[in-house]
Amino acid sequence: MTSPAIRVAGVAKHFGATCALDGIDLDIANGEFFGLLGPNGAGKTTLISALAGLVRPDAGKLEVMGHDVQSDYRNARRLLGVVPQELVFDPFFSVRETLRIQSGYFGIRGNDDWIDEILLNLDLTAKADANMRTLSGGMKRRVLVAQALVHRPPVIVLDEPTAGVDVELRQGLWRLNEDGHTIVLTTHYIEEAESQCGRVAMMKAGRVIALDTTANLLQRFGTEPLSLEEVFVRVMNT
Amino acid sequence: MTARHAQPSVSLPPTGRQPPWDGPAAGMIGFWTLFYKEVLRFWKVGFQTVAAPVLTAMLYLLIFSHVLEDHVRVHDLPYTAFLVPGLVMMSILQNAFANSSSSLIQSKVTGSIVFVLLPPISYRVFGAAYVLAAVARGLVVGIGVLAVTGWFAELRFDAPLWILVFAVLGGAILGTLGVIAGIWADKFDQLAAFQNFLIMPLTFLSGVFYSIRSLPVFWQEVSRFNPVFYMIDGFRYGFFGVSDVSPWTSLAVVGICFVLVAALTLALLQRGYKLRM
Repeated sequence: MTSPAIRVAGVAKHFGATCALDGIDLDIANGEFFGLLGPNGAGKTTLISALAGLVRPDAGKLEVMGHDVQSDYRNARRLLGVVPQELVFDPFFSVRETLRIQSGYFGIRGNDDWIDEILLNLDLTAKADANMRTLSGGMKRRVLVAQALVHRPPVIVLDEPTAGVDVELRQGLWRLNEDGHTIVLTTHYIEEAESQCGRVAMMKAGRVIALDTTANLLQRFGTEPLSLEEVFVRVMNT
Repeated sequence: MTARHAQPSVSLPPTGRQPPWDGPAAGMIGFWTLFYKEVLRFWKVGFQTVAAPVLTAMLYLLIFSHVLEDHVRVHDLPYTAFLVPGLVMMSILQNAFANSSSSLIQSKVTGSIVFVLLPPISYRVFGAAYVLAAVARGLVVGIGVLAVTGWFAELRFDAPLWILVFAVLGGAILGTLGVIAGIWADKFDQLAAFQNFLIMPLTFLSGVFYSIRSLPVFWQEVSRFNPVFYMIDGFRYGFFGVSDVSPWTSLAVVGICFVLVAALTLALLQRGYKLRM
């Protein structure tokens, strides 16, 4: 039996007295486009950070393609690409240097063909030798996407990726799922999740309070036709 | 020529077609990449990270040698000759500390530290790359200071191996302390406090500008508790074959210090202290 792309089992995390994750259980299958929704402070970014090894859970375990993110972190991390929420960059380097360095961190040398392809596809070729500081916010966001893809991960986490992003890049991001890659999307744009995600988890106060296919969630409140945003509001208020 | 504009549409190879993974070789590439990145980082701002400390050391030499050259001899050496190795070593130590500490605090404050934390880089590789890059900057600055100040004194190189050993070990200790400070500090003024209230006094009160034999007995004894004193004394021995304590004693103290700070740093990195919540 093949492992799910992502397995989260009994994961809990406290920051002092605050419970950020309260026993999360979640399996995400290979090739799924999965949405993680919730208000600010629901625990979405903490969960993603735990998956990426940036946060160490107090209890439970997380796996990427069957590899434990703590005990087998090398394999887990090389299979995972994360586009962080914050627009972060290293101001010392050009776009190309940034991508070469990121490749090297993943143990990949001589990755220039793939880097050129990513630059071309993200319309960054003309900016390849520009310093990161000189890029616009949208261009920096593209470089973040490129950094997440530079080691060709099969599982990709997009943490609020579309804030300040143009339509073309957004459409490009959604196409990542077409080759069978697993996508986990956190977003505040519920209509985005409704149009893209096959399955959705809604989080509140560190817990998953709704987990189902998007189609089932839309039918959850009787026969009345609702948008996912309306379902989200009702779920949050129950 | 027309610029080529593609519609952004990233197409990845199908799942399972990642390049093959060779753990140890990939780990080494990760190490050299992080080391290269750290060296490139300070090299790109070389005016600030290399030229400025060389100029500072030069000013120290001009002022102190002008005032003291005709009045002071230390270990039967002209004062300027005595001073040059101390200034070189002080520059190595301060810049090794500055490199790792400033890089880490900057990455933490800007958030770009995630680019190093997300990949499969072990805590040992992380620590070793930052420390080795710190040593590299220390040595580059040290060579620069030596090249500039060496014109003003008749230097000898009686035991070059001691010079190299103390330069590398001293740089490694301060580079490792820089990693600790960079991890511990949450903001720049905390790092400045570490630098100004610990590193600066330790380096200035270590015999850079004087032999501890010229101090009152009490302060001589206090100086012996300062590990930087042994780094500088051993380093100076490599030039002139004279020192306040045996170079072997200095090597033992410096070696033990390195093992202790390296063990502490590795323990902090393994726990993910202030890096992985």
